[in-house]
Amino acid sequence: MQTPKNIIQKIWEQHVVHQEEGKPDLLYIDLHLVHEVTSPQAFEGLRMNGRKVRRPDLTYATMDHNVPTRERHMIKDPISKKQIDTLKQNCQEFGVTLADINHPDNGIVHVIGPELGLTQPGKTIVCGDSHTSTHGAFGALAFGIGTSEVEHVLATQTLWQARPKTLNVKVNGKLGTGVTAKDLILAIIGKFGVKFGTGYVIEYTGEAIRAMSMEERMTVCNMSIEGGARAGLISPDDTTIEYLRGRKYVPQGEAFEAAAARWKALATDEGAVYDAVVEIDAAEVEPQVTWGTNPGMCIPVTANVPSPEDTEKASEKDEIKRALKYMGLEAGQPISSVKIDHVFIGSCTNSRLSDLRKAAEVIRGKRVAPSVKAIVVPGSFSVKLAAEKEGLDQVFTEAGFEWRDSGCSMCLGMNDDIIPSGERCASTSNRNFEGRQGKGARTHLVSPEMAAAAAIAGHFVDVRKFTAQEVM
Amino acid sequence: MEPLRIHEGLVCPLNRTNIDTDQIIPKQFLKRIERSGFGQFLFYNWRFDDDGNPRPDFPLNASQYKGASILVAGENFGCGSSREHAPWAIQDFGFKVIIAPSYADIFKNNCVKNGILAIQATEEEVQTIIKKAETKGYTLTVNLEKQVVTDKEGFEIHFDIAPYPKEMLLNGWDEIGVTLNYEDKIKQYELAHS
Ligand code: SF4
Repeated sequence: MQTPKNIIQKIWEQHVVHQEEGKPDLLYIDLHLVHEVTSPQAFEGLRMNGRKVRRPDLTYATMDHNVPTRERHMIKDPISKKQIDTLKQNCQEFGVTLADINHPDNGIVHVIGPELGLTQPGKTIVCGDSHTSTHGAFGALAFGIGTSEVEHVLATQTLWQARPKTLNVKVNGKLGTGVTAKDLILAIIGKFGVKFGTGYVIEYTGEAIRAMSMEERMTVCNMSIEGGARAGLISPDDTTIEYLRGRKYVPQGEAFEAAAARWKALATDEGAVYDAVVEIDAAEVEPQVTWGTNPGMCIPVTANVPSPEDTEKASEKDEIKRALKYMGLEAGQPISSVKIDHVFIGSCTNSRLSDLRKAAEVIRGKRVAPSVKAIVVPGSFSVKLAAEKEGLDQVFTEAGFEWRDSGCSMCLGMNDDIIPSGERCASTSNRNFEGRQGKGARTHLVSPEMAAAAAIAGHFVDVRKFTAQEVM
Repeated sequence: MEPLRIHEGLVCPLNRTNIDTDQIIPKQFLKRIERSGFGQFLFYNWRFDDDGNPRPDFPLNASQYKGASILVAGENFGCGSSREHAPWAIQDFGFKVIIAPSYADIFKNNCVKNGILAIQATEEEVQTIIKKAETKGYTLTVNLEKQVVTDKEGFEIHFDIAPYPKEMLLNGWDEIGVTLNYEDKIKQYELAHS
């Protein structure tokens, strides 16, 4: 009998083009996603060396980081416009398919890949963006790369990669009511730290993961990078197959059934081993709110903001002090007492249809607190259309949210959507770094439900109690 | 890419942990379509106040570190976004070597592609270097061939580096050029998998 293997080992072995002692493996790349911010220098490099895109058919481009979420055909910032125009020209020149700014397939790169069925189990997928780990939800080996590597993949369709160590994150039991995939991944990073995954590819397993929809699994895999892992994935199962069936770029008919059988066979074998295993009990996870300046600085909504005195280590004391100062918080204050000025529902972590549905459920028939400015930015054109078909846009606008066009938007504020210095935002995105949403902006990462509840209350609230009250 | 064999340079300490790439190069500077000129924006929000004046307490602004080419920082350096603008800015500012207890994977990879040597030292070694560099003009000599860092006072550390990045850095190779030598194997792979 063959030695049992985990899915990471299986995908890796299927993609080795060349192997040699003392070198990383030369790995074949099945899908290369391109966006406007990390690609111009790569295309320029090709041009300078007289090189072509080796496999335009395995390359797919979109524009998302810079696009305005209002009046998207009019990009006011000339430099943003230049980046977008440059991508368009590059795609034309090198024969790469592009979901242009007004194309119905346009959206955030990590939202449209799965939506279009470009993302498939067993593929190696790269993109010049660290949240490429999102695509791992399908059982693909997907990771972010730098611009030199973008150029390398464009030119050769391969990458030199050291074989990663494998880490199993086992999520035992079930998540409680009102506790989401976002809370789980934040709790995992909070528990194990922002670098527990460094050098590893993660496979998430366990009852809570199996119970999740594809969109929830994407939220979990999306934030693998915030735990230091370049990639995080989930073995494919029936949920995966059913999500993909009928999508634009998957095989159709009998060919789909054949592909589905191959995909399922990729799942980790019984008895396979990993280089490391960590476990977490899903039932213990509560809705999370980040209080500091990295995603590991998170606490349950029921808890108080930590104090530098909570730790012995000098460097950690220092980090907590700096974070409290930047965030304008007092050690020991209940996180639920923190008032917010903005709410952002969007980003490749939480801007899919189910995210918007859940947030809409929380706010239906209520009003956003007068002091709060709240926006919803769907992850793609098609999410936006689907949501409008269900009338979700109505629910949001009636509650006082702004309903915008899709894009990365306030996740990183490269377009006009930024938080003014010193103001505070409950955000469904993935990074609460200093200045991420604007210079001096204070970001608190939460789930869509928690963001919605905070918008109504004007401060953080436990969404479990918030919705319970409503029922009473 | 310029080969990097032996490098002697002034050390600039930056005693913070989890320095993310959003700090190294804030997003408003990602809009250029060129590869050069990012150094002026390095650590922008830390280096300059709201009016664009240099903050005197930030190490990179201190005259004693002017011309430094070795950056020493706390653990998990370069976490966050995959933007290669981060190493471009570090390099453009004049740094050739970074020393830290640990790095984010993508960042470390990006360094190699740009001829920057990211040395992993122990927490203790890093703190020793930072202390020395904080008190006086402090230079280190980095010998990549021998994988050792020394100062003039007899301080010495050895570091590990995998053979492949070492070879790339020592020779200053263009990786795409190297890979294109494997064209036959790539073709074979494609034939077998089409
Ligand atoms: S939504 Fe945010 S994290 Fe996702 S790709 Fe866009 S900028 Fe990056």
